[in-house]
Amino acid sequence: MIPLLSLIVFTPWIGAALLALWRGASPGAIRGLGLLFSLSTLGLGLIALSRFDPAITVPQFGETHDWISMLNVHYRLGLDGLSLVLVLLTGIITPVALIASWREHRDARLFTALFLLLQGAALGVFLALDFFHWFVFWELSLVPAFFLIKLWGGPSATRAAYQFVIYTIGGSAFMLLAFAALYAATGTLDFLQLGQYGADGTLNVRLGAIGGWWPRAVFLGALLGLAVKVPLWPFHTWLPPAYAEAPTGASMFLTAVMSKMGVYGFLRILWPIFPTQLHQAAPCLLWLALGGVVFGAFAAMRQTDLKRMVAYSSLNHLNYCLLALFALSAATGQPGTTSAAAAAALSGTILQMFNHGLSAAALFYCVGVLEARSGGRRGLNDFGGVRTAAPIFAGLCGVALFSSLGLPGLNGFVGEFLIFRGVFGLAPWAAAVACLGLLATALFLLTFWQRVFHGPTGKVAANFPDLSLSEILPLLPLIGLMFILGVWPQFLAKLINPLVSLWAGQLPLP
Amino acid sequence: MSLPVQLLWLIPALPLLAAGIGSLTPRSGRGLASGAAIVAMAISFLLSCGALATALAQPAAHLVHNFAWFDLGGSAVRLGWLLDPLTAFMCVMVTFVGTLIFIFSTGYLHEDANFTRFFCFLSLFAAAMLGLLVANSLLLLFICWELVGLASYLLIGFWFHKPSAAAAAKKAFITTRIGDLGLLLGMLWLYDSTGSLLFYDGGQGVLEATALGGLVAQTTIGGLAVSTAIGLLIFCGAIGKSGQFPLHVWLPDAMEGPTPVSALIHAATMVAAGVFLVARVYPLMSADQGLAHVPVHALTVVAAIGAITALLGALIAVAQSDIKRVLAFSTVSQLGYMMLALGVGSWVAAIFHLLTHAFFKALLFLGSGSVIHAAHHEQDIRRLGGLRGPMRATFATFAIGMMALAGVPFLFSGFWSKEAILHAAHNWDVSHLPLYAGLAAVVLTAFYMTRLVAETFFGSPRSEEASHAHENSAVMTVPLILLAVCAVLLGFLGTPAYPWLQARLEGHTEVHGHPIFEGAGLLMLSIVLVAVGIGSGWALYGRRPRANANALDPIEGRLPGLFAVLRARFGFDELYAATVGRLNTAMAALSDGLDRYVWDAAVRFLAALGEFGGVVNREADEDVLNGGFDATNDRLRGTARSYSAAQTGGAHGYLRTVAVGFVLLVLIVMLGGGV
Amino acid sequence: MILTPLHLCLLLSSALFCIGLIGALSRSSSILVLLGVELMLNAANLNFIAFWRYGPNPAAGTGVLFVLFSIAVAAAEAAVGLALVIAIYRHQRSIRLQDARRLKG
Repeated sequence: MIPLLSLIVFTPWIGAALLALWRGASPGAIRGLGLLFSLSTLGLGLIALSRFDPAITVPQFGETHDWISMLNVHYRLGLDGLSLVLVLLTGIITPVALIASWREHRDARLFTALFLLLQGAALGVFLALDFFHWFVFWELSLVPAFFLIKLWGGPSATRAAYQFVIYTIGGSAFMLLAFAALYAATGTLDFLQLGQYGADGTLNVRLGAIGGWWPRAVFLGALLGLAVKVPLWPFHTWLPPAYAEAPTGASMFLTAVMSKMGVYGFLRILWPIFPTQLHQAAPCLLWLALGGVVFGAFAAMRQTDLKRMVAYSSLNHLNYCLLALFALSAATGQPGTTSAAAAAALSGTILQMFNHGLSAAALFYCVGVLEARSGGRRGLNDFGGVRTAAPIFAGLCGVALFSSLGLPGLNGFVGEFLIFRGVFGLAPWAAAVACLGLLATALFLLTFWQRVFHGPTGKVAANFPDLSLSEILPLLPLIGLMFILGVWPQFLAKLINPLVSLWAGQLPLP
Repeated sequence: MSLPVQLLWLIPALPLLAAGIGSLTPRSGRGLASGAAIVAMAISFLLSCGALATALAQPAAHLVHNFAWFDLGGSAVRLGWLLDPLTAFMCVMVTFVGTLIFIFSTGYLHEDANFTRFFCFLSLFAAAMLGLLVANSLLLLFICWELVGLASYLLIGFWFHKPSAAAAAKKAFITTRIGDLGLLLGMLWLYDSTGSLLFYDGGQGVLEATALGGLVAQTTIGGLAVSTAIGLLIFCGAIGKSGQFPLHVWLPDAMEGPTPVSALIHAATMVAAGVFLVARVYPLMSADQGLAHVPVHALTVVAAIGAITALLGALIAVAQSDIKRVLAFSTVSQLGYMMLALGVGSWVAAIFHLLTHAFFKALLFLGSGSVIHAAHHEQDIRRLGGLRGPMRATFATFAIGMMALAGVPFLFSGFWSKEAILHAAHNWDVSHLPLYAGLAAVVLTAFYMTRLVAETFFGSPRSEEASHAHENSAVMTVPLILLAVCAVLLGFLGTPAYPWLQARLEGHTEVHGHPIFEGAGLLMLSIVLVAVGIGSGWALYGRRPRANANALDPIEGRLPGLFAVLRARFGFDELYAATVGRLNTAMAALSDGLDRYVWDAAVRFLAALGEFGGVVNREADEDVLNGGFDATNDRLRGTARSYSAAQTGGAHGYLRTVAVGFVLLVLIVMLGGGV
Repeated sequence: MILTPLHLCLLLSSALFCIGLIGALSRSSSILVLLGVELMLNAANLNFIAFWRYGPNPAAGTGVLFVLFSIAVAAAEAAVGLALVIAIYRHQRSIRLQDARRLKG
């Protein structure tokens, strides 16, 4: 049998290795090869999609091999609806981000190889079912990201790259310690096994045997690693500079895929393994997620750098996901909690992950176009009247903006509606407060649109050529999916719904 | 010909298709874009007539077709189409007015570079509006509701190179979105409490007895029934969309858009969506009427907001001098009337007024568009004047619209629908304040419309543009004439003697009429009030026309303080800028400041702490550890140096040492007695 | 004290050793010093033979073997020594030991 999942993870790395070995290739050949290998994920992902049975809720296409038998470490890959959605997202975003960087002239070989490396690492995170290599992939993703930001980034990229990597590693160090403790207590690093221990309380008993505060300390360690990655407010200060300084393609990948690694970790690790601790901490975490939703949106309003503005909108959108999850965890066991609300919150979270990937990537691409056209400017007030000069660009960027602000009919709405539906059922006041975030999001995105595209044609916009066909190409799949998912969300919903129903049904609801 | 409910989706789908065609048509494809839009709209009109036939065949039934949108947990999120007389009448009105306005637009905008885009947006608007009307799910209604808002945003900002238009578009979107958040919360609450958002679903829908009974039985904060709270939240959406106090500020600014847009969206259809929404969820809004011990009924709030808006809009309209702004505030005021009617319990009167208002207000706006187009985009009534002569068709139709709006008795549709509302207000047993507000608004409406007509069409031209004005082409006047005919005739659908429309809307197949003069006192009073309004308007503006553009307004001369307040629209914009705007800026500054000075500072502090640790570490390494090693090394080296001094290099010295050593060895052996 | 043949042998070898030692210490020519050293070595070899011949087990050939090895090593050593002397000569045109002091510590 073909190890499909291993192929998905390692094909980009094979591409990276080939590129590294192939000295003296022409830039065109390098980019072509890179694109081909990055497309492999989409191709293999579609094969997986065609053979995927949504009704089976345990991970499918499983691969298990002994690896380090001394430590009871296994090489374990598996794919369920959640992973599949994220694999498809990675498969769509990476080629698009590579095409967006088509004009990156400096050392295309290294750039492309690093990108493929990053892609493989992200896929590994989405498919690994054993903490050992999951963590390897998790940390390995930082290395190419660091170099992509530092070497191809803006003027203060070095500082941003260091901050990003050190902050994230700082978080994951705690997570590593937490899992070391888990391993010491249980003797396994298998997520499914640990999830079972978490569900039946074995974990608390075993960790509690070490010392009374151990279960909480271990939970906090794991939480910290994931919270920095997402990022949960207020662990987000690395995000605006990193997203703003990274080259366009890297910004797209960082926001669309890498931020999902954190949310994925919350769903795959924290929530199943530490249900009781999360339940205890959730009322407090709920405030933080609300802070991210509200303050993220309002802080975006204050930014004059468009990339920073989009970065803050990402903070806002990702904190919706966490808001739903924390509301769910906080309300578990409370009277009045229904499995319908729980299912809505979980579905909304997963859909929002996918949708945010599409819209944020498209927005970063559009800001990148503005930057390239104006010689590196991306200030809110540097433009004006671009719509007169470039109507097609304005139209496509407008679709991305409205998708991001959650306009019904486009993809963003479905996820946000379900999240609000879930959160309202679980913690009504939180949903009401989060509405402020919706309003502020609309306000700053429309300000973006108005200042850049509307008004009299400014100096910069006067000789602003419209998008060429090759520039439209990367936007088309994103925009197309925004419409398709906005009108026909069943496409994704049917993949995740059995899983979500199972999760929602397993909660100890009253 | 009748249209089954399963095919109801065709009505919004056709304009949507036209919008798709319009969006892909290059700028040169004017004929294709406008042709597709008009044809799609016309076919939708025919289909709507078919739907009306279906609905009238069984007016009491709510014909539905529901389907699953996507799976969610154990069930699915479901949407559906709904066909009842309310939907059908609204669809016919929207498609008919829409078709006429589309045709008018081909003339009005024929010089615009973005002609194809305009028809794309118009079609998108029509599709969304029709989708809103046929929705059998609050969720689908909300989706279309937001899309309508988007289309409105795009069309208000159609001349986006004008900063004022771009700002007005944003203001409209954000202001309505504030209301929409209320609607969203109401919808979430409803979904959470009943588990469904379908209006009618064979007994399981939210507007059916089972669900309503459950909602009324529960109470929430402040002793309100849950149905009241949900109803008020949904009403927030209507407040935003229909320009009701206190969210009315966006509607006058929306006049920055092209005039056909103002006619279609901001007068006839979209702004009426709020009224439609309340009428659609009327069973929910009125569910709490049976409860005695609640602080407030949802409909009481609706009536209060409607009465305030009706009076406020009419007052402000008196002092405006932009032809479109007068009409905009008149729209605000008329929408207030409709809300008032909803609030006092007569939703059929509200819908009747909605339908008649759609025709005569569209007529008035298109008439003003005709004037503006002829006068080279001069829309200040102080600089117009004397257009009665050169623009006969426009004047005649505009005058009909004005009389319909003012409520000139018997012949004009506005009279009958307004009468129905005043009657309903009179019969309301909670309070008569809405009735008094409505009656005051009647005088004011007649007054400011007379002022508008007198200033625009009488006297002599007061500017270069006005003096060159001439009548527009048939493509613009024919829609005016058709609308004028409707503005007259439509009233007879719902006269008290034969209230056919009301009966059908309420689901009756027989019509029970009353003698027209049953409530004669009120009828006479309102006729007198209309006469007072028109008479005083004519006395002030018609008898002595304004001499030049800079002359003082007669009211301004007599009551300068009041006039200034009215002209400044009671300062709502300034008030909001000073409160909400400031709050918003402060919140943004706070968020940014938190990031910059608290969280980032905390991270920096941690980093500095790390760096400090590094410094300590280095010092310790250099001075303590390395110093110790260095000292040991130095001592070793000194010792070695002293030993190496023995290595003289002279072989004789070594040999001598060997010899001495040997001798010593021998001596030791011998003396030790070893041998 | 009776002089056994062993004693005679040991006296001879002692004398030989002393002659070698005095020669090595008193001469300044490297070659002569080398000769002295050889004499001392041979005195030792003589001791080996004498102790074997008059020792408890003269039947075994251990002493002869030892001395044969020693002579072979001495020969090699002499060759190395002479080579060193030649090298020194090449460097400083003299074979006086007093002049060869470069290797001091």
